[in-house]
Amino acid sequence: MASLQLDLSLPLRAFALELALEVGPETVALVGPSGAGKTSLLRTIAGLARPACGTVCCAGDVWFDSKRRIDRRPEQRSVGFVFQEYALFPHLSVEQNVTFGGGRADGLLRRLRIEQLAKAKPAELSGGERQRVALARALARDPKVLLLDEPMAALDPHTRGSVRAELHDLLRELALPTLLVTHDFEDAATLADRVGVLVGGRLRQIGSPADLLSSPVDPFVAEFAGANVLEGVAERGPAGLTRLRLDQGPEVYSADEARGAAVLVLYPWEVSLAFSAPDDSALNHLQGEIVSLVRVGNRVRVRLPFLTAEITAASAERLALRPGQRVVASFKATQARLLDR
Amino acid sequence: MRKLFAALLATSTAVALAFLVLPVAAIFLRVPPGDLVGALGHHVTRDALLVSLETSAIAHAAVLLVGTPAAYLLARRRFPGRGVVLTLVELPLVLPPAVAGIALFAAFGRAGLLGQELDAVGVQIPFTQAAVILAVAFVESPFYLRGGVAAFEAVDGGLIDAARTLGAGPARVFARVALPLAAGGLGAASALALARGLGEFGATIIFAGSLQGVTQTLPLAIYAQFDQNFDTALAISALFIIVGALLLVTLKLYGWLRFSSIFRSRFAPSLSS
Repeated sequence: MASLQLDLSLPLRAFALELALEVGPETVALVGPSGAGKTSLLRTIAGLARPACGTVCCAGDVWFDSKRRIDRRPEQRSVGFVFQEYALFPHLSVEQNVTFGGGRADGLLRRLRIEQLAKAKPAELSGGERQRVALARALARDPKVLLLDEPMAALDPHTRGSVRAELHDLLRELALPTLLVTHDFEDAATLADRVGVLVGGRLRQIGSPADLLSSPVDPFVAEFAGANVLEGVAERGPAGLTRLRLDQGPEVYSADEARGAAVLVLYPWEVSLAFSAPDDSALNHLQGEIVSLVRVGNRVRVRLPFLTAEITAASAERLALRPGQRVVASFKATQARLLDR
Repeated sequence: MRKLFAALLATSTAVALAFLVLPVAAIFLRVPPGDLVGALGHHVTRDALLVSLETSAIAHAAVLLVGTPAAYLLARRRFPGRGVVLTLVELPLVLPPAVAGIALFAAFGRAGLLGQELDAVGVQIPFTQAAVILAVAFVESPFYLRGGVAAFEAVDGGLIDAARTLGAGPARVFARVALPLAAGGLGAASALALARGLGEFGATIIFAGSLQGVTQTLPLAIYAQFDQNFDTALAISALFIIVGALLLVTLKLYGWLRFSSIFRSRFAPSLSS
């Protein structure tokens, strides 16, 4: 069975990226801030850069082994690489781009629904079309591994959603060992079977997107997954709950156990907003003035002094929310996860 | 103050333009067009034209053949001493042509560095057409190499990486990606080098002499006709101006000059596409 095995040490500017990872016929996304070495990692797998030491193996073939002094050239590895800005050859047509490495174009062009663009030059294409050409070109040689470097970064937010869905289906169908790197957790979560968070050269956590969201191992992972991360000091509270005194002042309650320095992890979509503290089961109510409102698709992200809430655009309209308004953010103690600092 | 400065700028521009255009215009004003064409039929002119075309064609072909791969290597590889190599390549640009002629003598002349070796195989270079070819190649190759390095440096490294992941070896990457994408810049460098080679005078007259029909190129013929038949000298000069103007206009129409390092600051950021 095809799989990609990595065990690498890759020197970067400020630190070294140490990574051991096995990718089966699945899509693994590595997310991390820029400078985390994501692109360098893909280049190393493709043979365009050299690690300090370690091994890269694919389907039984050794591509790199520092101990045995094996370092196969990029053209001798079987890699389909989709570059960040797609790196299409500007002087060649779509068809010539796709067949550059050999193989036939028509089947792939049809599959990716770009057969009508076969004679077009890359400069005439939209972002989404370019991405599909880059995919077709990477797949034309029947690679054993697919590497995607920020495949959504060059797309405008408008087309992003539909392109993401199509790419997701294609990756599922291919069932190739696929390694995708991105700084966007949402891209990673929608495209990948497993998501790894790279921070400071280490893989902090790897798991299904649902796992990462429900039980992040540390505040870094939680923040990357889009959570509010609030620092405070935890102590025993009433009725078996934990009381967390936030550094900014207010107190909140959690059903999790923690003592001493801790952080509260709370996803924006778990927060509801009202003009006065509602008389419901939620135990936590934080007051604050709205700093800003940003619409994202059919939702609105509402930034308050301590945290960000995400509500539907319909609710935001019904409440006629405006910056400067005083609102109460409510969430349940069972949603307030606590992690050690 | 502002008006004064504006006037200063306008006057400087007018003076510079007049100074540069007047001598060129004078050539065409001195001789009626009919006489120009007639003078071009003169046997001295015809011989010189043939020598120029022949020597330039051979020298230029050699410069392209050797210079293109060399420029590619210098553009893509980073190695210790690269800066020194690039400076050595550019050195002939700042040398007086007479120095180039002496230098060629010192290298390939009878008593020169390679004189004995050349003598042993029965080859004598000075004052032959081979000497003209060497002189032309020597002065024009830095133009081509400099422009060629800039043209290859402007090719997006990401495209070369992409080609390699698609299974292309170094030769295929060069032929299918680097060469076509650098073609504009290489064309401009080639044209400028050719123009410089056709106009070569100082090194040729020292190293190859000025024998009509053998080593007398068009610029040498201008010099030779200067005392004897001024109209012929003018006619050849007019020919150069027309060819030169056509060359510049063509390059500008194709936008190729932006690739040429000669028309750009050496340290300007390289174009990525």
